[in-house]
Amino acid sequence: MKAWLALEDGLVFEGEGFGAEGETFGEVVFNTSLYGYQEILTDPSYKGQLVAMTYPHIGNYGINPEDEESFHPWVEGFIVRELSPVVSNYRSRESLGDYLKRHGKTGIEGIDTRRLVKHLRDFGAKKGVLSTVDGDPVSLVRKAAESPSIVGVDLVREVTCQKPYTYRETLPPGFEWGEAKTKNKVRRIVAIDGGIKFNILRKLHQHGFDVTVVPASMSAGDILQYRPDGLFLSNGPGDPSAVTYLVETVRKLIGKLPIFGICLGHQMLGLALGGTTSKLKFGHRGGNQPVKDLLTGRIEITSQNHGFVVDIGSLPKNEVEMTHVNLNDQTLEGLRHRKLPLFSVQYHPENSPGPHDSDYLFSRFYDLIEKNG
Amino acid sequence: MPKRTDIKKILIIGSGPIIIGQGCEFDYSGTQACKVLRQEGYEVVLVNSNPATIMTDPEMASRTYIEPLTVEFLEKIIDKERPDACLPTLGGQTGLNLAVKAHKKGIFKKYGVELIGAKYEAIERAENREQFKNTMQKIGLDLPRSAFAYSVEEAVEVADKIAYPVIVRPSYTLGGSGSGICTNRKELEETARTGIDFSMIHEVLIEESVIGWKEYELEVMRDCRDNFIVICSIENLDPMGVHTGDSITVAPAQTLTDKEYQRMRDAARKVISAIGVETGGSNIQFAVNPKDGRMVVIEMNPRVSRSSALASKATGFPIAKFAAKLAVGYTLDEISNDITRVTPASFEPSIDYCVVKIPRFAFEKFEGVDPRLTTQMKSVGEAMSIGRTFKEALQKGLRSLETKRFGLGGDGRDKLGGVMLRTRDAYEDFFRKARGDEEWKKELKRRLSVPMDERIFFIKYAMKSAWTDEEIHRASHIDPWFLAQIRQIVDMETELLGAHGSPARQKALLKKAKQYGFSDRQLAFYWDSTESKVRTLRKSCGVEAVFKVVDTCAAEFRAYTPYFYSTYEDEDETVPSDKPKIMILGGGPNRIGQGIEFDYCCVHAAFALKELGFETIMVNSNPETVSTDYDTSDKLYFEPLTLEDVLNICDREKPIGVIVQLGGQTPLNLVKGLVANGIPILGTSPESIDDAEDRDRFAKLLAKIGLKQAENGIARTFEEAFEIAEKIGYPLVIRPSYVLGGRAMEIVTDKTGLKKYMTHAVEASDEHPVLIDKFLDEATEVDVDLIGDGKTYVVGAVMEHIEEAGIHSGDSASVIPPYSLSPALVEEIKLKTKQLAAGLKIKGLMNVQYAIKDQTVYCLEVNPRASRTVPFVSKSIGVPLAKLAAKVMSGKTLDELGFVTERVAPKVTVKESVFPFVKFPGVDIILSPEMKSTGEVMGIDEDFPRAFYKSQEAAYAHLPAKGMIFISVKHSDKQKVVPIAKRYHELGYVIIATRGTAEVLMKNEIPCTIVLKLKEGQPNITDFIRHQEIKLIINTPSGKGPLADESTIRSMAVSFDIPCITTLKAAHAATLAIEAMRKHPATVECIQEHLKNDGGSRSQD
Ligand SMILES: Nc1ncnc2c1ncn2[C@@H]1O[C@H](COP(=O)(O)OP(=O)(O)O)[C@@H](O)[C@H]1O
Ligand SMILES: Nc1ncnc2c1ncn2[C@@H]1O[C@H](COP(=O)(O)OP(=O)(O)O)[C@@H](O)[C@H]1O
Ligand SMILES: [Mg+2]
Ligand SMILES: [Mg+2]
Repeated sequence: MKAWLALEDGLVFEGEGFGAEGETFGEVVFNTSLYGYQEILTDPSYKGQLVAMTYPHIGNYGINPEDEESFHPWVEGFIVRELSPVVSNYRSRESLGDYLKRHGKTGIEGIDTRRLVKHLRDFGAKKGVLSTVDGDPVSLVRKAAESPSIVGVDLVREVTCQKPYTYRETLPPGFEWGEAKTKNKVRRIVAIDGGIKFNILRKLHQHGFDVTVVPASMSAGDILQYRPDGLFLSNGPGDPSAVTYLVETVRKLIGKLPIFGICLGHQMLGLALGGTTSKLKFGHRGGNQPVKDLLTGRIEITSQNHGFVVDIGSLPKNEVEMTHVNLNDQTLEGLRHRKLPLFSVQYHPENSPGPHDSDYLFSRFYDLIEKNG
Repeated sequence: MPKRTDIKKILIIGSGPIIIGQGCEFDYSGTQACKVLRQEGYEVVLVNSNPATIMTDPEMASRTYIEPLTVEFLEKIIDKERPDACLPTLGGQTGLNLAVKAHKKGIFKKYGVELIGAKYEAIERAENREQFKNTMQKIGLDLPRSAFAYSVEEAVEVADKIAYPVIVRPSYTLGGSGSGICTNRKELEETARTGIDFSMIHEVLIEESVIGWKEYELEVMRDCRDNFIVICSIENLDPMGVHTGDSITVAPAQTLTDKEYQRMRDAARKVISAIGVETGGSNIQFAVNPKDGRMVVIEMNPRVSRSSALASKATGFPIAKFAAKLAVGYTLDEISNDITRVTPASFEPSIDYCVVKIPRFAFEKFEGVDPRLTTQMKSVGEAMSIGRTFKEALQKGLRSLETKRFGLGGDGRDKLGGVMLRTRDAYEDFFRKARGDEEWKKELKRRLSVPMDERIFFIKYAMKSAWTDEEIHRASHIDPWFLAQIRQIVDMETELLGAHGSPARQKALLKKAKQYGFSDRQLAFYWDSTESKVRTLRKSCGVEAVFKVVDTCAAEFRAYTPYFYSTYEDEDETVPSDKPKIMILGGGPNRIGQGIEFDYCCVHAAFALKELGFETIMVNSNPETVSTDYDTSDKLYFEPLTLEDVLNICDREKPIGVIVQLGGQTPLNLVKGLVANGIPILGTSPESIDDAEDRDRFAKLLAKIGLKQAENGIARTFEEAFEIAEKIGYPLVIRPSYVLGGRAMEIVTDKTGLKKYMTHAVEASDEHPVLIDKFLDEATEVDVDLIGDGKTYVVGAVMEHIEEAGIHSGDSASVIPPYSLSPALVEEIKLKTKQLAAGLKIKGLMNVQYAIKDQTVYCLEVNPRASRTVPFVSKSIGVPLAKLAAKVMSGKTLDELGFVTERVAPKVTVKESVFPFVKFPGVDIILSPEMKSTGEVMGIDEDFPRAFYKSQEAAYAHLPAKGMIFISVKHSDKQKVVPIAKRYHELGYVIIATRGTAEVLMKNEIPCTIVLKLKEGQPNITDFIRHQEIKLIINTPSGKGPLADESTIRSMAVSFDIPCITTLKAAHAATLAIEAMRKHPATVECIQEHLKNDGGSRSQD
């Protein structure tokens, strides 16, 4: 099965299709993680995106039940240099190709992914189309150009849960990590689902939280009805400035509850505190981004997935303090309020995929609640 | 944290001679460390006994000691230099062990030297198996279960508890001899017995075997703030049981999920913290059970290693350089990534290609060697290759090895059933017939289940013989992912074979075939075509190599370091400048006969040409080297050194010329092909190269200048060989014409020997005649290096060998200046050498070997290229010959360069060779025309005896000050040994000897005791060796072959670390050294001082 990938600015690749047949649109982005394609596929933050992996061999270890980060893959399409012909891992239950097919997702392999990545790096993330049905470059480029942009679009509504639910899963046996100090008291929190990953929930559980996940559209009043000890703001896809209702909700809850935000959650806090967000040229996606914790001076290798950032300069200095900075490009990676009990990070301390350097943030959240409870 | 200002002077310990397990990688790491520490303003004192290193160049460190790496010498250096700190983690296991010994003797404390990089306690925790085990258990990590045993009974008890199979590892042995895998009680009893015997403390570790599990390595770094990063993960294709150094390895790891990988990363972090390596790099090895994911820690090296050199080259992240910076107090975020310039070093490299490392073995040089790959390393070098996929990298790696292979078989070089399958028909035929063959099936089973060199080819052969991946996995335990990749190569080959005769199908397959790493040679084989025709076809279809950048970050950031590899995709990333460019071809993987010396020359060329304003382009495939450091040249192409790959780079870069004479024989072999493709060769002309290498043309040249050659002839048949032998008379030196490095070269003394050689060793034919020379026995061998510019010729140095001709020049000790030849003879040699050079119009370097018999000079060979001795000579005379040669090749004259008269070495220097016998138990250590040494050391001092003494110390052949020595010489040496034995007697040694030798000695009134031979009863000589009662062995071989007593004695001496001298000349030199040492104990001096004293201007003629 042939497949084509076309960008809005005219770059077209021809390769082999895998997974489902069809035509799919999205913002074309790349991820530099060497491992963890399954977690990436199932991360709801990739809604609206065609994801290219920089590492050429993908699919080597197949798909297994423990590595899912949500109930199904969210990427719009998957771009790899070479799909593995076999699966080799004792935990694998299915091949990547079969899995994508089962979920109606299209993939392309056999293209010069490095060329694609360099293009995105130099010219910024682009709208694109991935098709197994249309082989005409001109038509494809036109389609890509005419496809909707993710800027200004609320994608959260497409990935958030429909009803509140509780989640009490633990990390899969054999893969526990991080300090699971016995906490004297289980803290009840509400997590607003902007596209939450299972591992965040597992991590919260491990760190002594009882979590109720609620839809992103739930009002501040309804959230307070739960009488939670704290509020968690999850990651999620797309342009943060388009999720105005969530920013509103957060604004209302600031000061009322201790808050911890990750990724989109961090952006929501930033906006609610009066800051602005902007789009990065090509985003941070991978598991090797160095972040410095300005409070301790320690460096964490972090897992990241974001295309937008909170502008450091836009935040009121006397109220908000920068706590973490990205050492590659000096962008804002974490903030806290000088008086109110809230903090957030742009990256993913729950990783999955990625290194386990940032577990302390969950403890920080617990301690924050202890202090302010 | 900024760098430390409380330390000013830092001592770096190098790794000494190249040995199995310690290649050039420590020259690479040491050089990086010297450079960076000096940039940081520290005074660097370096000690390394190996002159063939870039790090020991006078400008690399502030003070460079080319002295033995022993505690005694280290203390002398510390006493003299009084460094504030010592960095022991860059000199391999040798450096680390020396630091440990020095610490234990209280030397660092005595002189107030701080160990930086790793503290003594950390080193102990990592190196001592018991402490390591305890530390790992404390942090909750799993290890193979194990316990120590001190007797066979105990060993059996332990093994019963652990359950078979078990690994036996004797503690404190040399080179791991006596270790083994036991599958049952009987095997265990035997292995434990020898193990306990070999262990200096009679201790063996019995360990749960995790053979067949997946093996991984993580290269990690940590700074003083506890920041931690993983530079690279490596997965071994060969599962546990084959030493990582002998395994084909792949970066990054391929078959781990993120959860499994992160679990390993977490474990690595815990390990480095618990061991307590505060700053720098470490290597941590893991095994993973493929069935359930159980992960155990195998070992941790608290230092930079072979794998960290590999990881540096694989990712572009310079581990050693940064380790040195961390050691003086910097943190990772304070160091910037040279490649991206804008990002810090505190990140984890991401790569968007696949890297394969393949080991290179040298079993053919060691008669009787056990070629099975086990837990003890046996390879002598390695090649690395980069491709966008594993398939591409694997095939590129196989052709980088320089074993005359051009990929994973199908190259006309598959030798099966004793036949070289030169054509596609023979190849297809073989597999058609082999399919149902039971013997073949057995052979495949054996070659898959018993790991040996070339197993990778047998995976393919099995696939071609209709084995399933499942069957191959069951036999080899190789991960199915790798097998599937190889299967894709095999399927592609089938398609390619099928496209024979169909140009349309060939064209359609071309791009994919190239993406799978197939070489033009292989395609030519499949299509009954030629390499150049395939190349033309390929280019006409637009299927050409593109070059991509190694950038540490998978293209996320712009890269500034031009470090390239080839692949077949859309975009080429090279940006050829319009500066004049010179390409330098490197030497490829280390092997016996071609090692670090050639890398040294290539690096010098790069430095020299940069000085002259050329853009330098380095091509090499050896990850251990300084030449493949991305800041050695302006551009680095990490590529195989085959014609195809080199031409691809030439097409892109269009250099004004290529330097072929510095990388050993490898680039020289490409000359014809390069010339045929219109690539200009710099330096000595291709015609002259041919004049030197073609036997007939060479004979004419010698005749012209009146130089003698040993009488010789060429035999194409059995009969011819006997005719020639009759004509010139025995003894003879005999060798196949197509080999180098003394391969398969032998001395035959009579008709029986010749017959044996002609029937067993080689197949003479029209294509491959056998060369027969009169063996010049008891001749003195001399090596001369010369530099020329086509008009002026200057001798670098004349080196006199200690061992006589007949022992390969690479194996004998050699001395500058000659110590026994008359000045007139030396002059004659110099004159003849210059005449030869003039005859060949040498532009660059040349090496000539002579044998001098009865005051007559015979020329043995001329190498129109840099030789192994260039660094030794350069360091002896204080002139960087390789640099000058590069400049000459770029067009300068020696006059312009100010080197027109010979430089006299200010001191006496002795080069001694170092051998790998300790890794090959049971192999006879006798020297021959076939080279066997892996490395070299240099002794430098005021006179020959003292310099020789140092060379022996440096080569770890410690000459005892007193005690018992054993003498046993061959019949023809019995009289000659008398004066030597007398000297030993006079020096106070107690002599024991075998009956024959003893009788002669006693007749000459030298007191000695008779000791029994092996079969004469007990106690015999082996008991004396085993109990280390004798301190020195003098034994000249009678040439009776590997089954003789004497060979057992010699190989036992190696296992029990007793120096064994096998020539009378060396035995004599040793007496001089011992005498000198008694008179004045050794002193140390840095080479900067040595060369300064000279004033550098004394000239001869
Ligand atoms: N318990 C074991 N079972 C099977 N193979 C082992 C075991 N321990 C080590 N090995 C093999 O032996 C090799 C060398 O062992 P290692 O401890 O790494 O020693 P070295 O110091 O020589 O690197 C490893 O690379 C591995 O393949
Ligand atoms: N005719 C000879 N008589 C004595 N020794 C010889 C003779 N020819 C070669 N040799 C010995 O064999 C060694 C290797 O031979 P050489 O021709 O130099 O081959 P290589 O190309 O391996 O250097 C020499 O260093 C020398 O010791
Ligand atoms: Mg090891
Ligand atoms: Mg030679």
